[in-house]
Formats: sequence, C-alpha cells, structure tokens
Amino acid sequence: MDPKTYKFDTLSLHAGYQPSKNAGSRQIPIYQTTSYMFDDVDHAAALFNLERGGHIYSRMSNPTVQVLEERVCALEGGTAALATASGMSAIFLTIMTLCNAGDHMVVSSQLYGGTVNLFRLTLPKFGIKTTFVKPRDTEGFKKAIQPNTKGIFGELVGNPGNELMNMPEVSKIAKEAGIPLIIDSTYQTPYLCRPFEHGADLVVHSLTKWMSGNGSSMAGILVEGGTFDWMQNDKFPSMTEPYEGYHGLSFAEEFGPTAFTMMARAEGMRDMGPCLAPQNAWNILHGIETLSLRMEKHCSNALKMVEYLSNHESVAWVSHASAPGHPDKELAEKILPKGTGSMIAFGIKGGKEAGAAFINNVKLASHLANVGDARTLVIHPASATHSQMDEATLKFAGLSHDMIRLSVGLEDFEDIVNDFEDGFRAAKKPRLVANK
Amino acid sequence: MKFKVRGIDTFASTGGRPFDKNKPLIVFVHGSGLSHMVWVLQTRYFAFRGYSVLAVDLPGHGLSSGESLKTIEEMGDWIGDVIEAVGCKQASLVGHSQGCLVTMECVAQHPEKIKTLTLMGGASAIPMNPELLSLAEESNPKAVDLMMDFAHGPAGHFGGHPVPGLYHLNVGSMIVQNKEIKDTLGVDFRACDNYKNGPEIAKKLDLPTISILGAQDRMCRLKDGKKLADMIKGSEVHIIENCGHMMLLEEADQTLEILKKFILEKDPIN
Repeated sequence: MDPKTYKFDTLSLHAGYQPSKNAGSRQIPIYQTTSYMFDDVDHAAALFNLERGGHIYSRMSNPTVQVLEERVCALEGGTAALATASGMSAIFLTIMTLCNAGDHMVVSSQLYGGTVNLFRLTLPKFGIKTTFVKPRDTEGFKKAIQPNTKGIFGELVGNPGNELMNMPEVSKIAKEAGIPLIIDSTYQTPYLCRPFEHGADLVVHSLTKWMSGNGSSMAGILVEGGTFDWMQNDKFPSMTEPYEGYHGLSFAEEFGPTAFTMMARAEGMRDMGPCLAPQNAWNILHGIETLSLRMEKHCSNALKMVEYLSNHESVAWVSHASAPGHPDKELAEKILPKGTGSMIAFGIKGGKEAGAAFINNVKLASHLANVGDARTLVIHPASATHSQMDEATLKFAGLSHDMIRLSVGLEDFEDIVNDFEDGFRAAKKPRLVANK
Repeated sequence: MKFKVRGIDTFASTGGRPFDKNKPLIVFVHGSGLSHMVWVLQTRYFAFRGYSVLAVDLPGHGLSSGESLKTIEEMGDWIGDVIEAVGCKQASLVGHSQGCLVTMECVAQHPEKIKTLTLMGGASAIPMNPELLSLAEESNPKAVDLMMDFAHGPAGHFGGHPVPGLYHLNVGSMIVQNKEIKDTLGVDFRACDNYKNGPEIAKKLDLPTISILGAQDRMCRLKDGKKLADMIKGSEVHIIENCGHMMLLEEADQTLEILKKFILEKDPIN
C-alpha cells in the first residue's frame, strides 16, 4: 500500500490551485486587487486577529500569490511559504524575523554579491553582525557560533565560484547549537535538491531565476520546513513569548511547524511590505509548470559545456561540481544526484582584459546581471555583480579577476559553442596587443 | 497554557487569550497522532468571543508530557479530569476523528460535566487498516504519508489552505512527526482499532449533539458518520461538500460557521 499523493511534476502543474473555487477557470486567475471585501465587522475582526484564514490586503497576501506559495511549498516539501518581491527581500525578511539587534549570524562567504553586502554592510545598521566562513570549512561554521548566533546561512552551491557547502554536516552543527540552517537554494530549485531532506530548516529562493526561467519577473520566496523546534531554548523570544502585536499570541505555541512563516507574514510583511505583484506571481507559475523539463536540459547542456571548456586552450580553469577533480564532486553526487546545475565559473587566459573582450564579443550569450534564464547568460563578476566588494572580500569570496560566470541556457549546444568560439577568438587579440 | 492533570504537565492552547474559568468552557480534542495545532482556525475565534477554550494535547502528544494513553476509555476519563483540573464544572466538547470517540466516552463517564457535543469526521468505530496500523507501530514515516493521503479530500490534495501560504499535507505530516510515530500515532491507531463501545454509548447520549461530516471523507466515511448521527438522539448533521476528513482545516470557514451557530445556541454566553 502506497500513498497516492501527487508527485513532483504533477505538483508543478497543479499544487495550490482549485479551479472549482475560481469559477472553473483552468488557468490561475490574476487577482489584480489591493483589498478584499469583509462579510461583516465580525469577519473583519477575525481576519485581522488571525482567527481565520483569508485575505485582507495584498501586501499581506493575494490569491494568485497564494497559489505560487503553496506550489513552491509543495515542491520543496515544506509546511508554509511566503512569496516576496525579490530573492533579496526574502532573505532580508527571513533575517529580520529571526534576529533582533545584538544578534549574530554565521554565513557562508561564497554568496551572490548582493547577499554579501546585506550581511556585511546593511544588517550591521540594525545591530546584526555576521561572521563569514568559507563554504568548504565545515568546522569553521562550528567555531564561528557565538552565544548570540541565531542561524547559519549559505548557498548550497556558492555564487559565483561553485564551491559546495556540506549541508548535511553543517546542519548537524546548527542542530547541536539549537539554531536553524537557512539555505538559499536558488541555483538548485527543488528539482535538483530539496534542502529539508538534508537538514535545512528554512529555504529561500530567488524565483526570478530557474523557477521562472523566462527572465520576465522578479520574485522571491521563504519556505519553512516545519522541522525546527523554536521552543527548545530561549534564543527566539519573538517566536515563543507573547507577541504584543496580536494580543499576546505565541507563534511557536499556536502555529508549530508553520510558526516562522506566520510570524514573517504577520510582522515582516505587515511592517516592511515587500509583497509580490500578482502578475509576477502568475509569470513565475508559468515557468514552474515546465521546471523539470527545463532543469534536465539546463543540466545536460551544462555537462557538455564543462567538457568543452575543460578542453579549450583559452580556458585556464573550470569550476562545476561535475567536473573531474572538483573538490566537491563526491558531495555533489550525494546531495545533487540529478545534476549540479547550470552555473559554471571559468577562468579565461589573459585575465580581466581577455574576459572583457570575450564578453563583449559573444552574441548569442547575453551579458547581464541575472542567472537561470532559459537563455545563456555571461558576466564578469569582479566588474559587475560583485564589484562593490573590496579586494580582500573578493579574495575571501573566492573571486578572481579572470573569472567568467556562465549560466548555461537551453539553446542548441552547438550554437552556444559557436558563439563562445567567437568570444575566445576576440579574447586572444587584446592579450597580443598588451604583450607588445 | 501548561497545567497539571494527574500530576503530569499538560498543554492546551487557550486560543491566544488568558484562561478564565468563569467563562463557558469549550474543550477541543484532536485526532490520532495530532495536537492542538489543528484547531487554530476554530479556537481563536471563540477565545476572542467570550469563551474559554482549551485545545488540549493528549498525554505524550504535542507539548504535553507523559506517555500516550492506551485506550479510548482512559482518554475519555482524562478529558473529564482536564475540566476539573482547570477549575471548571462543565464544558462543551468538540472532537475530531479519534477525538469523537474520546469525547463520546467522556460524556458516558462524566455526563454531568458535559453540556454539548460536537463530532467532526466521526464514526461509532474506527477500525484501522492492518497495514497502516503496523506501519504506525513500527514508526515508519510511510504511515504518516498514508494518513495524510486518506485524511485529505481530492481538493485538499491540491492545496488551497485557508491560511495563505500553508500546504495542507505537509503541515499535517509535520504535526504528527513532531513526536516518535509509534508513541503517538501507533498507540492512538491501536486504541481506535480496539475500541468497541461507540454504538452502545451513542445510543445513550442525551445532550445537544452535532455531527459535521466531509462528503469525501476516506478515514471515517460519510455513511459511517451519518450512521453514528442516526444513533444519537436529536443529533444535527451537517455535510460539507468537496471536503475530506480534515474539515477543520480543509473547509475551516464552513466548519467554524456551523460550530458557531451550534455553540452560540446551545451553550450561550450568559
């Protein structure tokens, strides 16, 4: 006897939506509204006081956005989710729900540049300090924990260097310390990895990337695994003690496995308001319908690109966890069995100047500050996404000036290669000039 | 709030309001392997409308200490002690699934303490599928997956939780997995399977009673729920369409509306 609950691809198409409650509409309606009619005063009071479910104002929740939240939640195997205007706002909301002034986070050093800046420069303004640890330094995460540490945060596959964080081992460290492990799983999507199955407690995504795949809309999401016991210690009083904002409600007592998301919505979304537009939610939902199909092609194209780049005379090095000799290959095979994603970092011979020439001369690959589009994307991180870092921070984050970040798209592989050959040819020229 | 019942630390959600023994009391009793958390979309409403509510965690469940009680009879008796432990003389009882058997048993053992009875997704007997029972007693997580499958109607399988962002199947699953499966779900399933007093007690019940049933309930089928209601003198019956066993979450609003009407009429605030 096996449960007949829906599986991944079916959930990608159906989770979170009931046509019978939406005029039979097979496609998800876009609820382009700011607010929702109350039945009467009692109904309004009950909604505002979290006595019953429903929508009040689209800053807090919206029926189209709700479908997206449930769908991602179902795919991740989580209990609850909260969609936001962008991936960065999902991270900010998560940290602001978790921490108070005077608290501390332990964070992987290899992250998207914007995330590094959030932890390095912005969160200290709110009294939240961070210790950065290199993603492969598992023991370093343990050593960095302080009495006021409220969580460990990292990207499973670090941006842009593709170094892996040993999520199962870091999870044990977090559990021993009684703090949650938060994973930014944007690079993986739930198709490649479901972090809750490897010990994560909270997951964040930039849905703008592979989940959407179409490059049309910004969105982020926080997903809760329902695994973390907020009442196990006294580290999280805002979760466990009576909350004045809702007449003495204890989120952990009342909502248990969904407490964090309930708090993030009730307080964070209420007060900060980084809500997702329903049109954007709808666009992202369209992408999710084909997530499995796209991720398979992303991964197969990426494997071919790794082989092509590894054997190319103009390439100094290639970093992708599938590549032979990659230090994290064994770990990747364990926790990313379907593939290690479509992000490749490589070093171009000739350094920064050659990198610039390469990027200026590819025509099919798009030079822009995004990843996970259906189209192939390239960027030179040291001069773009991570340009706000100083030299020391760049080095600590594993960035070199010759690094090119490649997000492999769904085009025909041969067309990508032909385009790259043009780029590599052009990259050789400035080096020759420079040598004169 | 935490309080002692038979010397054991017991937890009950009070719906976000301080407990007041002078207000009319409603006690909510959860189903197999679950906890107070399933009642959040009913308890808070009554707690903020002049009632005292206790959504109890049975011993060994949720945030309550102790070991799970082994029989429905013991659980029914224990609910009687809960009412006494908080300093009240009487309460209205609301049970879901196994909680229906427990609340009926409580009425049988402590008739003087109970004012009204609400049965959600109930039946006079809940015989367990032998394979499901074995899996639960072995702490096999598959038992939880099967339970979530059976417990939710076709609509619930897609989602559509009344609280934005929550996903039915995984919330229920994590509530059960909060404890060792064999110690809660396994013990509860065995207690349900062993319990045979239901029909006899149902026929003797003589208090305002309502049955709320899901039209697509696969745990306690609609026909069994109706049969139970037929056994109870003067029982009201409400059937919620397009809904499975977890009507208190799947169709929380409809469930609350039915419960409100019944409680406000039969156990009004003075």
